[in-house]
Amino acid sequence: MLAAIRRNRPAATTVLPELQSFATLPPDGLQAEFRRRLAQMGGKLIEPGPEPDRLAPARRMIAEAGITCSMVPQLPGNRAFDRAEPASLHDVDLAVLQASFAVAETGSVALRAADLGVNALGYLAQRLLVLVDPATIVENLHLAYSRPEFHDGHYLVLQTGPSATADIEGVLIHGAQGVRALTVLLAIP
Amino acid sequence: MKRVRVDHAEGRSHPIAPDGADPAREPQPRGAVIRGRRPVDHAEAAERFLAAPDHLSFHDKRLWDLREKRDRESHGIPEWEQLRQLASDIKEYALTRLDDLLEEFERNATANGVVVHWARDAAEHNRIVTDILRTHGATELVKSKSMLTEECGLRDHLQEAGVSVIETDLGERIQQLDNEDPSHVVVPAVHKLRSDVAAVFARTIGTDPGRDDPAYLAESQRMSNRPLILDARVGMTGANFLVADSGAVVVCTNEGNADLCASVPAVHIVSAGIEKIVPRTGDLGVFIRLLSRSALGSPITQYTSHFRGPRAGGEMHVILVDNGRSERLGAEEFWTSLKCIRCGACMNTCPVYRRSGGLSYGATYAGPIGLIIDPSFNRRKYSLLPYASTLNGSCTAVCPVKINIHEQILSWRRVMAEHHEPSMTKQISMKGASALLSRPSAYRAAVDGANAVLPHMPRFALYNPANAWGKGREIPQAPGQSFHAWFKARRRKP
Ligand code: SF4
Repeated sequence: MLAAIRRNRPAATTVLPELQSFATLPPDGLQAEFRRRLAQMGGKLIEPGPEPDRLAPARRMIAEAGITCSMVPQLPGNRAFDRAEPASLHDVDLAVLQASFAVAETGSVALRAADLGVNALGYLAQRLLVLVDPATIVENLHLAYSRPEFHDGHYLVLQTGPSATADIEGVLIHGAQGVRALTVLLAIP
Repeated sequence: MKRVRVDHAEGRSHPIAPDGADPAREPQPRGAVIRGRRPVDHAEAAERFLAAPDHLSFHDKRLWDLREKRDRESHGIPEWEQLRQLASDIKEYALTRLDDLLEEFERNATANGVVVHWARDAAEHNRIVTDILRTHGATELVKSKSMLTEECGLRDHLQEAGVSVIETDLGERIQQLDNEDPSHVVVPAVHKLRSDVAAVFARTIGTDPGRDDPAYLAESQRMSNRPLILDARVGMTGANFLVADSGAVVVCTNEGNADLCASVPAVHIVSAGIEKIVPRTGDLGVFIRLLSRSALGSPITQYTSHFRGPRAGGEMHVILVDNGRSERLGAEEFWTSLKCIRCGACMNTCPVYRRSGGLSYGATYAGPIGLIIDPSFNRRKYSLLPYASTLNGSCTAVCPVKINIHEQILSWRRVMAEHHEPSMTKQISMKGASALLSRPSAYRAAVDGANAVLPHMPRFALYNPANAWGKGREIPQAPGQSFHAWFKARRRKP
């Protein structure tokens, strides 16, 4: 197969272009752009509570939820999960996670295998609550892809809002096959 | 599950009737009639699609809506044209060093614990999949959408091997349950109305035949899929990109089903065409910014997933598939078609595609990109397809990787003429109006040689100022206007 490719490949005249960042936003504009895009993509945002307990809104959400698995030690859930058996997570209502970073341009949160504990948790749970440290928001995808996380670990997903489909007559439905809702809290645990 | 009538992400709500209205709707027009290797008669199928006004008008509007959203999102990015050029350059670079980059990918993926397989053609690909399934004693395969597995006829092959395949993408599942091919690379069931889907689901997964609310139908599919995914031992996804420098497989989806297929079963198989390779992780910034904006007019898909190795306790296989690609690489006029990232923008903008439906092309790939790819799989069978175009150049103007699509369509007409394909008119029924897109005059002109082709093109295609598109902003054409002009011009010919 490689021999066939070698035989047929056109002469290499194109040079590999330099990568650019195309960044224009001032650092204090990143949060606003992230919020705007997250909303556009169907994600929700809850505001941190007043000091000293910035995480109070997350605690309230967890208290009202059904079966909850949490990867954030400060926000414990009510189900310890078995890392070996993803299918056992089928009845999880809420998963609580902390993102590695976020992307303003798209409203995405980056979740690595280490952030998810079990990769399937990010898809089998009915809802996600994701903590994002505002200092980790990058402006666009060019900057996102310069991050080291893409060269480390077996899995990284940029999740943007909840799962969606418009396969029937273009009618947009949230909660296609993965999570039905994705809520972001901009706070450090 | 809630239905949201807003304008973002995957789509905009475009109901053509309130839920549950008018149960007695027009039947869905079916696709092209396939007769072995005989030339597929796109025109005949297109005419049946044109004769179904509800389907036609929804299809046309829905795809034009995607085109308009693509314009809006792309115009919001000042560097859009620069990104297109970058994407084109990166792809050309990658294709001219395809062998080296594939080896680099294999090295890195293998180091991460991935088993990399090489498949020369569809048969080898299908055999590798079957072997993996056998090794794991799996009789079921849950999979997400992949045009490559359609190309390879994987589903039929596995069915014969006693494996049941479950397509988990909603649109793809609808098509599977209705025994039809996907009609669009991004929205596989876009040619169906909700009533068609309701009928398919009532028949196959037991939904209430009286209910055609899309939210109900989608929820029913979610519920019927879940247990199948939870039980599966092996899952499969396609690949949008392969990254040489990290060994990553990148999959872009909206429904979350690809990640379910990859993360719940113990074994994850990836089917990937060899042309999916990009050299650097940083290149993804360019492509991911272009892909979903071009496809659906959203800044990104809901899920952009990067798989570098098996999930904890699992196994991951990547099958690198040639199936005619290395041969295409050697075709001077056509090799740049391998730059395609399957965004579907050329389909959404094409007046012929919007008004004939993807199934009328009778091939894995429909629309403008199909016209330039399909004939390389079977020159005779797809000899008529290069004529299913007005050559208005709109496809080329929107293509995020700058493939000169309409010029390649013209080149294919020339190739067909040189090879006397289709071997004259007798194999094809070209009586009366069924000659819609394939008048004998077009063939006569074609076989007369390349120069004779031009005068037979519709005038608007040659003189329309729209041909100056592509530099910066393209002028959105009124949907269908050119199609009608072209159609009328064709009709007048003997
Ligand atoms: S040819 Fe260009 S516009 Fe058409 S699907 Fe491929 S990348 Fe998209």
